[in-house]
Amino acid sequence: MSTRHSLLLGLVLLALLALIPADLTNLGIPYPGLKRYGTYILTLWLVTAIAAMGVNLIVGYAGQETLAQAAFLGIGAYLTAIAGKHGVPFGLCFIGSGIVAFIVGIALGFPALRVQKHYLAFVTLAFSVLAWLVFRNEAEITGGVMGVRDIARPIVFGFKLRNAVHFYWFVLAIAAVLTFALWWILQSPWGRAFTALRENPLRAESLGVDVRLYTLLAFALGSAYGGMAGSLYAPLVEFIDPSPFALGPSLLFMLMVVVGGSGTFFGPFVGAGVAVLLPEWLRAWENYYLMIYAVAVMVLMALFPGGLVGLVAFFTRKRSRL
Amino acid sequence: MLRRTLALAGLAAAGLWSGAAAAQDIVLPGVLELSGAGAVSGTMFRNGAAMAVEEINAKGGILGHKIKFEVVDTASDPGKARAAIQRALDEKPIAILGPVFSGSVSATEKLTADAEVPQIMGGEAAPLTLQGSKYLFRTSFGQQSSMPKIANYLRDGIKAKSVAVVFVNNDFGKGGRDSIVKELAARNIKVVADVSTESGQADFAADVIKVKGANADAVFVYLNEEESARFLREAKKQGLNKPLIGETTLLGQKVIELAGDAANGVKGHVGLTIDAPIPAVQEWAKKYEAKFHSKSDHNGIKGYIAPYMIKVAAEKVGKLDPKAIAAALHGMTITPAQEPGILIEATWDGAGDIDRISFLGEVKDGKQVITQTLPKLKP
Amino acid sequence: MTDLLQLLIAGLATGAIYALAAIGFTLLWQTSQTINFAQGEFVMLPAFFALIAMNWFHIPLPIALVLAVLASMLLLGAVFRYAVVGPLLGRGVLPLVISTLALSVLMKESVKEFVSAQAESFPTLVPDLVIHFAGLSVSIAQLGMLVISLAAIGLLQWFLGGTRTGRQMQATAQNPTVARILGVPVERMILYTFLINAALAAIASILISPIYLAKFSNGETLGLIAFVAAIVGGFNQVRGAIAGGLLVGVLDNLAAAYVSTAYRQAIPLILLVLIILFRPQGLLGRKEERAV
Repeated sequence: MSTRHSLLLGLVLLALLALIPADLTNLGIPYPGLKRYGTYILTLWLVTAIAAMGVNLIVGYAGQETLAQAAFLGIGAYLTAIAGKHGVPFGLCFIGSGIVAFIVGIALGFPALRVQKHYLAFVTLAFSVLAWLVFRNEAEITGGVMGVRDIARPIVFGFKLRNAVHFYWFVLAIAAVLTFALWWILQSPWGRAFTALRENPLRAESLGVDVRLYTLLAFALGSAYGGMAGSLYAPLVEFIDPSPFALGPSLLFMLMVVVGGSGTFFGPFVGAGVAVLLPEWLRAWENYYLMIYAVAVMVLMALFPGGLVGLVAFFTRKRSRL
Repeated sequence: MLRRTLALAGLAAAGLWSGAAAAQDIVLPGVLELSGAGAVSGTMFRNGAAMAVEEINAKGGILGHKIKFEVVDTASDPGKARAAIQRALDEKPIAILGPVFSGSVSATEKLTADAEVPQIMGGEAAPLTLQGSKYLFRTSFGQQSSMPKIANYLRDGIKAKSVAVVFVNNDFGKGGRDSIVKELAARNIKVVADVSTESGQADFAADVIKVKGANADAVFVYLNEEESARFLREAKKQGLNKPLIGETTLLGQKVIELAGDAANGVKGHVGLTIDAPIPAVQEWAKKYEAKFHSKSDHNGIKGYIAPYMIKVAAEKVGKLDPKAIAAALHGMTITPAQEPGILIEATWDGAGDIDRISFLGEVKDGKQVITQTLPKLKP
Repeated sequence: MTDLLQLLIAGLATGAIYALAAIGFTLLWQTSQTINFAQGEFVMLPAFFALIAMNWFHIPLPIALVLAVLASMLLLGAVFRYAVVGPLLGRGVLPLVISTLALSVLMKESVKEFVSAQAESFPTLVPDLVIHFAGLSVSIAQLGMLVISLAAIGLLQWFLGGTRTGRQMQATAQNPTVARILGVPVERMILYTFLINAALAAIASILISPIYLAKFSNGETLGLIAFVAAIVGGFNQVRGAIAGGLLVGVLDNLAAAYVSTAYRQAIPLILLVLIILFRPQGLLGRKEERAV
């Protein structure tokens, strides 16, 4: 699909997404939009998708593993929450979160990449638990188990984004920018280098691609996306405590990227959607929904290791023979 | 590509539009821990509340309207609790019951305060009622009420000059630890060990060794159920023979069951217990057991009185108005003569704290025995 | 000094359990490149098989235990091998990791929903007596845990090294392609490792549950520790897993007592990071060559 078509598609999707929670009855269209909770879920989906995009870059494109994305979210969230309480404007917090996460990513990745491939997984595993322990134990700074409460929504050009739909549009705008940035990176020579890494690192190396550098960059950038997602998470939920930033949620990010379709562009969005929306759909089966979810994931993996995007591709491929 | 995109979008479409179906019924959502660390507490609370709702509905409901009680699971996660509360508020409820875990309450109390809907919950951490919400109500003592009583007991009953504190490092345990440390300091009792443990921890060898090494006059243990049992067994095994003092949980039914005779000799303050020497409570406990085929703990009682609180307040103001109900609850005293469902006389103050008699107890021969009844703070 | 010894004994006892879990984990990885994220739940579940047998069907303890081991070998061994791992062999590590992750959730939730959401006491094989000597308190149950685990490990080592099938399994673990050429029935060997893993997990479950109580969430920490123990010890050697398990058990206790109980979980992980940076093959592992 040509670049122009891709961009057009992106804009159409953006417009649709912007309209979903909006109450259009004032404009004469009989569409009431979503209630507060629905808008909240939609915003949560976007934030999750940003973090999932980061994981997808690391896992799906650069062929590495990361078990620490939730920890990077935590870094961004706590930074934003605490700095925000001290009067630092949101914009700075957001950019700061991205930069700090990027630097931490470089610091984590650099020594581990001297060693072999799997070991990045282990270092991120250790970092994930360590970060959570720090979030929980250092109560003086982070509020410990009781967390940080009453986090204010950002003030953008004088607008306070207390309204759920306004905040949603704000997050949507940021998500759009980040998505576009990622798309641009993947189209560029950098992106092609990443794909070469995934397919065959040794071959890439023999062809002159600096494997270590590109892997490190992919990891740091993916983690930066996590930090930025965290920065948005804090004002969304208006409360943070250490529990969403533990090892379990990091594993969930890996799961959602693989379930969505690792290495595909829309995979993270689909995966994030499944992770955020599925509990809502299956609410009727309160007690059983996790079991249904687990079985569904296992069946999906067995039949379509390429994830949901792979599944859809399989069914739509037959038509477009040429 | 386009086709694929549309297909994916179609898959995502449903589910965002939540339909609320409130008819004539009173909507009373419960936002409770049905899984995760708080599962036991949350489930008991829910059962108690469900029992009360059933009884109230059988007698005609509140002001002629039946109550619709539906529970959402927070999975013991404050973020999910917050989302669940927002969802519940969308349904224009008369009040919201829960959560039980203090961290989840802390995360949600501003939402209910902003929406002017009473939140009747089971959390015990001290800071909860100090945030200025006029809509938060306790069903059991805050730690600022129970910890002074324990500190007094340590000072006067045990005559301890030094105490080792063992706590579980979550919102429940940390809050309790912070409160007791403060109270002990105010009474010039030294805290010689401050041992943090993990939720779900299995091996307490190192923790018991630390406590033994501190050589305190008494040990204050503030853990969740299983961990309390495991700690007690390890303490017995290693021969830790200092007085083990706890608050409600440590002397509870489940802990006694799991710890076996390692629980004997444990003493402590019991804010609320099914073993209270009060006929109404004893009868209630039997009713609960007959209905749910298991014994309740104090969380069941907390859940049970919550719908009755709403009933009495609503009847007092004569209408089903959340804001008026909350205002009426402040300063209200409900006696069992007035409303048997309250079980024990209770008073709520302007901050939502509850005042009630409480007990000192001990575990003897595998049973919780009440040794003393303590009066209300303001009789 | 007695404190140190006390901690050592406690650490070795739990370490032996970690070792059982880590060995199975390592075996699965070696023979079929399976990373089993549900390993912790594999150690949680068999106790519940036994509890179901005893409480629902009133089967006496010894038979219930045997049934638990057999049920594990069937469900967590054979069925796991063919239904979960089978379709994903050769499709890359990640989908299998995700699948076992989902499996761990399924196992946890099923027990929580259909059996019990609370902790349950588990009857002990070995009497729950405590012996005091030289200032130490050692429970017979703990000693039993250590002895039985070591016996099981010893048996396994003998099997792997001393029998024909065992050596065939080792060959499969080291190089399946060559093994196949040499006539080793590789598929059957792979099945055997799954069965052994399930059996070891069942034994660990039966040993650990009397002391630590049976609860659906037990697998969470256990799984992580087994993973860390396997890597610290050396991911490509069974004896590495044993050393790793014992070391992590002891270190965890020492860390809690002498460093900080709030950060006790960090110590084994810091060890993990140091090991993979400075000795990536693990303490007792062999250096792996990169396949081109």
